[in-house]
Amino acid sequence: MSLPGQLSVLFPLASGLGASSPLAAVLPASDSALERLPLTLRGLLTGWLPASWQWLANSLIAIVVLIVAFASLFALLTLAERKILGRVQNRPGPNRAPLPFLNLRTYGLAQPVADGVKMLTKEDIVPDGADRVLHFLAPIALLAFSILTLAVIPYGRLLVALDLDASVLFFFAAGAATELAVFMAGWASRNKYSLLAAMRALAQLISYELPLLLSVVPVVLMAGSLSTSVIVERQGEWWLGFLPRWYVFTPWGLAGFLVFFVASLAESNRSPFDLPEAESELIAGHLTEYSGFKYALFFMAEYFGMCALCGMAVTLFLGGWQAPLPFLSFIPSYLWFAGKLLALLGVFMWIRASFPRLRIDQLTRLAWKFLVPLALINLGTTAFWSLTADWAGLLQPLRWLIAAGLIAGPFLLLGRNLSKGLGPRTYRYAA
Amino acid sequence: MTTVLLCLALFTVAAAAVAMAMRNLIHSALLLVASWAGIAAFYLWAGAEFVAFAQLLVYVGAISMVVLFAVLLTRHSRLDFDREPETRGRVRLALFTGGAVCGVLVAAVLGTAPSSVPAAVPSLTVRQLGLALMGPHAASLLAVGVVLTVALLGGVVLAASARHSDPEDAP
Repeated sequence: MSLPGQLSVLFPLASGLGASSPLAAVLPASDSALERLPLTLRGLLTGWLPASWQWLANSLIAIVVLIVAFASLFALLTLAERKILGRVQNRPGPNRAPLPFLNLRTYGLAQPVADGVKMLTKEDIVPDGADRVLHFLAPIALLAFSILTLAVIPYGRLLVALDLDASVLFFFAAGAATELAVFMAGWASRNKYSLLAAMRALAQLISYELPLLLSVVPVVLMAGSLSTSVIVERQGEWWLGFLPRWYVFTPWGLAGFLVFFVASLAESNRSPFDLPEAESELIAGHLTEYSGFKYALFFMAEYFGMCALCGMAVTLFLGGWQAPLPFLSFIPSYLWFAGKLLALLGVFMWIRASFPRLRIDQLTRLAWKFLVPLALINLGTTAFWSLTADWAGLLQPLRWLIAAGLIAGPFLLLGRNLSKGLGPRTYRYAA
Repeated sequence: MTTVLLCLALFTVAAAAVAMAMRNLIHSALLLVASWAGIAAFYLWAGAEFVAFAQLLVYVGAISMVVLFAVLLTRHSRLDFDREPETRGRVRLALFTGGAVCGVLVAAVLGTAPSSVPAAVPSLTVRQLGLALMGPHAASLLAVGVVLTVALLGGVVLAASARHSDPEDAP
């Protein structure tokens, strides 16, 4: 028996990986050469292999391309984040690192290289009282699970690394394990600050996993599928011939997107929900006892997780790789996806620069008293939307009005209730 | 094919067994998570993707958090046990509970007639699974939900009732 055959017997999933890889699908004739460029390049690389080995080579190429692409995106994002934060705080940000061997300062573009060299050459310190095995395993587990989540996002019409029937479930199953790794890091360090960070990470996960998942359910309900590629296909139609039918442009989709966005900020430990790290209170929390490359791995995992959650938000609500207007669809789908992803990442950074960190009680109150009820109400609204799909003519504006009211009413009520008694703050001693 | 199954079974059982033997409760909890992940890998091996991912999401993602919370918020140092662990009553209770669970499992295994014909591989889509879970098997799904809710509440109750007043805490 050939190796691929054996593998597919051992793991039925592995055969799915090969069969559903984009090359096996029948290519629509309408795709332009640019659209098919990644597949053409891959065909040049693996075309000479026997067919039984081709799926293995194709899968390996998909893995390598994903990791290399997101690792370089990570390098650029760290620089972009520092630059943007610098600009927001009215300072130049990193602008010194010269290009190697050229001594050319290109606005700090070589900063990621300098950071990488610094991280690799630093001493790797493990505290004396630390649990050595868990301390070593935590960054690896965190990074591994973050990379897993990247596999199921459709990056273009023909670019899905792993096209599963239940890929949305796969995404959240892999993502749920990351907080466990944060807990391992915090507990294994044997440091009070790290342990506090671990507890906070657990509380945050339990609080925000619920609204995150509940805000995805309406999309699954309307698309009728758990597969990410099908969900993107369903958003490909046009209203009146030119308005995109992305889910975010419906009342329930907008509310779901906002809940998903806030919850994903919390899930990826980003400011204003970065309580597990909290540099000013917990001296970086679970990262306190990590140095050198392990520290860099934590940051890599954070950015990978952020990219994956943004990619999922784009896929579920913002139409994935679909073009926003019909006549713009000559631009390849993967470029549209990249543009939307970068825009959403920019909003993440903007939020980080703008909002102060929450307290732990504010964090849990926001999740349990606001996001979870709103997500549940949103689910009901989606059920109404799906039941009234055949309303036409004058009933159509009524449908929009009812759905918008079903969301806006509870939103206002819950928001008023949440901020009751916290009202305008009076300063007794400050001017 | 069977070797993979054997490896998975060995990993799952070994992780669970070592988890019981560990003195450190956090290590036990993390090993228990590894054992649950082993069960998810078994579902994956059996071709039940949906169940495998659900197992990972619910057990590795959520239940593990509840367990760790319960461990961290209760006193778990060896000096804190009020009762001697090796009393006869507790041994009897443990044997009774373990024996009951073992009996149910063995009865279920023996009650299932072994089929000589290899079963045809069913090709189920997630949609069919969902319809089956919401229709004929809705009761069992609800039962699983109730069990998980009870586990969650148990974690909260354990954590809340463990607050003894320590004379040293007084101002």
